[in-house]
Amino acid sequence: MKPEVVVVGSGMSGLAAGVALAEAGVGVLVLAKGAGSLQLAPGTIDLLGYAGERVTDPLSAIAKLADRDPRHPYALLGAEAVADAARWLSSRVAEGPLAPYRYVGSPEQNMLLPTALGVLRPSALVPETMAAADLRHADRIVVVGFRGMKDFYPSLIAENLMRATGGAVSVRATQIDPPSGLDGEPGTFRLARSLDRPGEAAALAARLAAVVQDDEVLALPAVLSIGDPHGVWETLQRVIGRPVCEIPTLPPSVPGLRLFDTLRALLRRAGGRLVTGSHVVGTKGSGDRVEAVRVHVSGGERSYPTRWVVLATGGVASGGLTLDPDWRMWETALGLDVAGVPAPEELRFSSRYLDPHPLSRAGIAADRDLRPLDADGARRWENVLVVGAALAGAEPWREKSGEGIALASGHRAAQLILNAERRVQETVPEGVAEPIA
Amino acid sequence: MSVAGHDHDDVLGDLMRGSLDHCVKCTICEQYCPVSAATPLFPGPKYAGPQSERFRTDEESVDRSVDYCSGCGICTQVCPQGVHIAEINSRARAKLKHDTGIPLRDRIITRSEILGKLGTPVAPLANASLRNRPLRVLGERALGIHRDAPVPAFAGRTFRSWAKHHVAAVPTSDRVVFFYGCGTDYYEPRLGEMAVEILEHNGFAVDTPKQGCCGLPLQSSGLFEDARRYVRRLAHNLAPAVRGGATIVAVSTSCSLMLKREAIEILGLEDDAELRLVSGRVRDICEFLVDLHDEGRLRTDFRPVDARVAYHAPCQQQGHGIGKPALDLFALIERLHVDEMDARCCGIAGTYGLKREKYEIAMAVGEPLFKQIRAVSPGLVVCDSETCRWQIEKASGVPSVHPVEILHRAYGLSNVPDGSAINGNS
Ligand SMILES: Cc1cc2nc3c(=O)[nH]c(=O)nc-3n(C[C@H](O)[C@H](O)[C@H](O)COP(=O)(O)OP(=O)(O)OC[C@H]3O[C@@H](n4cnc5c(N)ncnc54)[C@H](O)[C@@H]3O)c2cc1C
Repeated sequence: MKPEVVVVGSGMSGLAAGVALAEAGVGVLVLAKGAGSLQLAPGTIDLLGYAGERVTDPLSAIAKLADRDPRHPYALLGAEAVADAARWLSSRVAEGPLAPYRYVGSPEQNMLLPTALGVLRPSALVPETMAAADLRHADRIVVVGFRGMKDFYPSLIAENLMRATGGAVSVRATQIDPPSGLDGEPGTFRLARSLDRPGEAAALAARLAAVVQDDEVLALPAVLSIGDPHGVWETLQRVIGRPVCEIPTLPPSVPGLRLFDTLRALLRRAGGRLVTGSHVVGTKGSGDRVEAVRVHVSGGERSYPTRWVVLATGGVASGGLTLDPDWRMWETALGLDVAGVPAPEELRFSSRYLDPHPLSRAGIAADRDLRPLDADGARRWENVLVVGAALAGAEPWREKSGEGIALASGHRAAQLILNAERRVQETVPEGVAEPIA
Repeated sequence: MSVAGHDHDDVLGDLMRGSLDHCVKCTICEQYCPVSAATPLFPGPKYAGPQSERFRTDEESVDRSVDYCSGCGICTQVCPQGVHIAEINSRARAKLKHDTGIPLRDRIITRSEILGKLGTPVAPLANASLRNRPLRVLGERALGIHRDAPVPAFAGRTFRSWAKHHVAAVPTSDRVVFFYGCGTDYYEPRLGEMAVEILEHNGFAVDTPKQGCCGLPLQSSGLFEDARRYVRRLAHNLAPAVRGGATIVAVSTSCSLMLKREAIEILGLEDDAELRLVSGRVRDICEFLVDLHDEGRLRTDFRPVDARVAYHAPCQQQGHGIGKPALDLFALIERLHVDEMDARCCGIAGTYGLKREKYEIAMAVGEPLFKQIRAVSPGLVVCDSETCRWQIEKASGVPSVHPVEILHRAYGLSNVPDGSAINGNS
């Protein structure tokens, strides 16, 4: 019952680490105070979209970034680890509970996919249901929305896409009525759930077939089912006879939820456990090892003894880091030192929203083994690894690297723990250590 | 006005309400809300909670949709920003009830203790009435209790009377207090007996001091004043044992959550010293047994149990933040095949699904769970909360038991031949 590894956080980074460890036979307990970013984000794996310029080959751009900026999380990981993680994720989704739903793409090439605002998003790995809108190849697109659906405006998307592609792609917009069986407002989730009901996909397909023209790719908001996206997507393509694709919506995100559900199911399948609603508030440890994490639960505190801790608590947005009124930043789970916080006299935020903000690079400094470093640059704990948006040194919003860093570091942390345990197993006589895996 | 926590000295209430400022409208709660997924009548926790709360004043509200919140608490659990959504909505619901009047029905079905006391001596008659179709139709018309809603049968005896005459098997100085709750006392006394026997098997002397209802049903129907009275009385009854160093072990995960957290946060009883004292010492029985195991103290002389069971962790149990300790215990039992259900809520939410206007919603909320149960077609469903068990049993047709029943059997305490079927209410 005692977990060998406690992962704190259930976002992309924590679940990647948790699934990889559990599938290797390690006892994993994931503790999270709430949901992470996965269910809000578009469900695409953006490895690196911008490094100054828009990136076409993320892997080689990551290698260059690592040379230029040794404190960037990608510099700690290296391009090879990113490629490994991308391959691993594709294989896991393909064997997940939603299979044959799968991810397509390559870490060596960014696709250019439309956002719900008609902006081009450079993305490396994406759900199969999104790929047909890749604007590097598409010629003519019709964006179809549902009347009454908020935050998805086909004509806005069409106009912006035409502008963004310099008119190279012709984009048309139209709207149809939401499925008839829908009670209430056509919200993202209501639509997606309605398409999970038998017969609904075929009925929708028949109406869409009347709208689409011969040479068009049909783009819809990403609401094509929660439980069987592959089946619904195939049905639409078969009936309509044209490529169909999803454009991610503003939160809430159906493809994001699918990815979360997939990883969560894989974790469970491999015997790992996830406890939501548990707020990690500190550690018990001695010397350079954490022996247990302390958790705030209903009615008091409880502690979970463990051999390893993976800190996957995200950044400020997920409560992994907080900023107090005196401009001090805290790491909320283990109380680690936060690096990269601008000094009181230095610039913290730029005046323009989309410019780089010095404060946004703050986070936990780590070495190449992902061990956290204290303010003096020394390793704080030997058995704690830091992953994901909690790491210092990146600006995911500008780089379009958030999911990539989270995936690659989470997967890497699992490999590091497995390697370390194997070494323990080799060097310690049998029966002395409590080796895992 | 003290009913819904808008009074001036309600500091914690202000903190709960203040937590809405942390809401970034990320919509995670809307993704997870099982009620708004089942009915357009409930617009979702974000809308009914952080968004609407800003417009709520001491005046009566024109928006009554918050009444459709079942209070399952999933929104608070998943909120990434720590907004106390369910608690805000509970308080808003109480104020709404206060403004619009509380139906007679809600005043009746929330008094589990009084109902138990009335029904127990006349159990055969009471049970027959509860199963009598014309009477149930009448009850629906007159009171608004849905004719098909799952209602438990009175056992005709109480757990308390058993406990009074029960002589412990082993003399020991390790003492725990068993908090049995109304469900065990009046409807499932055998469950309480099994819990006591399991604790004794592990070397504990079990005390069952005078207790009483925790007030949860009253709280969820907005009768806050009455709920406060009940939970205070309960805390008062349990406090002496806690002062003496005892842990309180409970079988009902909803009543124990009430003591651990809900009474303090929702009813605003943070200043009640006795409640505070007690709340920190309450343990769900599976949680308690897993802790024993981690300390190397749990007896693991389990016999193999040949059974295929489906396990559903109820919402209130998930609200404890302790994971699913029942599964850890089941893992110690050979040959027991457990299918962990992966659905959010069975729909009943205490008394919500009994109400005429909410019955259909509750059934729709529970449908994904019932579907999963039907798909694995287990011999038995295991679930920690009594009202959920009754709902699941009624809706899926599969007998439903508390995890304790499986453990009791595995310890060989149940006096049943190996290989015979386990069934509910044994
Ligand atoms: C709306 C939205 C859109 C986005 N769009 C994109 C995009 O298009 N492309 C892209 O690359 N990235 C995008 N991102 C960013 C990307 O999703 C994140 O960078 C990445 O998912 C971070 O993953 P993570 O696992 O590090 O952290 P998170 O997913 O933030 O997870 C953190 C976890 O830690 C838990 N936690 C925090 N503190 C504690 C504590 N003390 N105790 C216990 N648990 C704790 C949280 O509850 C949560 O479960 C988007 C994010 C959002 C919110």
